[in-house]
Amino acid sequence: METVACPDCDLLQYLPQLPPGGKARCPRCSSTLATRPPDSLDRALALTLTAAIVLIVANTSPLMGLSAVGRQASTTIIGGAYEMWLQGQDVTAMVVAFCAVIAPASYILFMLTVLISVRRPPAPHWVGELLRWAESMQPWSMSEVMMLGILVALIKIAELATVEPGIGIYSVGALIFLFAAIMVTFDPREVWQRVEWAEGEQPQQHASAAAEAGL
Amino acid sequence: MNAAPLTAAQAGLVSCETCALLLRPADPAEPGYCPRCGGKLESRHHHSIQYTWALLTAAAICFVPANVLPVLSTTTLGSSDAENIMGGVVFLYTSGSWPLAAIVLIASIMIPLGKLVALAYLLITVQRGSVRGSRERIRLYRMVEFIGRWSMLDVFVDTFTVALVQLQPLMFVAPGPGVLFFAAVVILTMIAAETFDQRLIWDSLGNGEGQHG
Repeated sequence: METVACPDCDLLQYLPQLPPGGKARCPRCSSTLATRPPDSLDRALALTLTAAIVLIVANTSPLMGLSAVGRQASTTIIGGAYEMWLQGQDVTAMVVAFCAVIAPASYILFMLTVLISVRRPPAPHWVGELLRWAESMQPWSMSEVMMLGILVALIKIAELATVEPGIGIYSVGALIFLFAAIMVTFDPREVWQRVEWAEGEQPQQHASAAAEAGL
Repeated sequence: MNAAPLTAAQAGLVSCETCALLLRPADPAEPGYCPRCGGKLESRHHHSIQYTWALLTAAAICFVPANVLPVLSTTTLGSSDAENIMGGVVFLYTSGSWPLAAIVLIASIMIPLGKLVALAYLLITVQRGSVRGSRERIRLYRMVEFIGRWSMLDVFVDTFTVALVQLQPLMFVAPGPGVLFFAAVVILTMIAAETFDQRLIWDSLGNGEGQHG
């Protein structure tokens, strides 16, 4: 048994030993405190590796092509951001590049490093730092919003010209499902249990903190 | 086990927001950094209410030009036509795809507006020390956090429309100044939701009702 404070309401409580596939909720605010997906680290690694490959395809192949009055045009994700930059919207271009390319790519990269290095515990301290960075990238990684945005753009342009979806857009679609699958499969607590603390501090302090609280 | 609910803050403990490690800091005012994940330890976000109000005010100011200024200007055979966000919704509606018009309307106008109102409501109730409806308020907060990213939709629509329709000199689309303000609204409200400390919603419970138990 472990003592935790609810991230949403700060209530101190015991976390019971969860069965595989189990889930613990806070009794006061029903925030999810912990989950225990079966085989978490192996499955998450497999999904993250797949996502890394799909991410490369999604960013290098054309998203969609357009043909009108005998002329052809096509664009990639980063090509979209670059065109905004050329048109004088440099700040918006950077926002798009960050949310559509940099944040998802960093998330995958950090997760891949974490999942590979955590396989041989104890994992060095920097693995914990990397996982923290991966989690801070997560809200800014907007592949699914971009996907919907591209679809709306496709339909809008279809009024003016003939548009054809490219390989890139199918890859983005696959990427959305992979991101969702990683989030469901991955249990960060398994990583935290294997990570070494800074300056050789030991988990005993943690136990005594809970004991002192009088729980 | 005690009957009265006890929060980590009341017990003098700090829970790491990243890795959920529970620690007893030597100085509760300056807990420092988490020894496990290196994240900054904070019992409650520093000046959470002031920062959130500031970000929210900035977002509300940007919301006006975001909706008034044009986001796209289309040039077809020499004639130019600029549209703002509402114009884009009307265009989608009149061209027959009303489900898409509804999606863009919800994502671009209703979600940002709803976020501004919801965060302001949460801030005011926390400042007044309200003890009622904490469960509903935390649910509202989770919704704001979850749904906020979707208002970036219009920025992506505009970017990919501009990127693709560049058939100079026959037909081309240029971005308008509204896009920048629009992206600013989304980013500012996302940071505001992160700055707001949801644990504050429950803190006034501990000072009042919690003591009866």
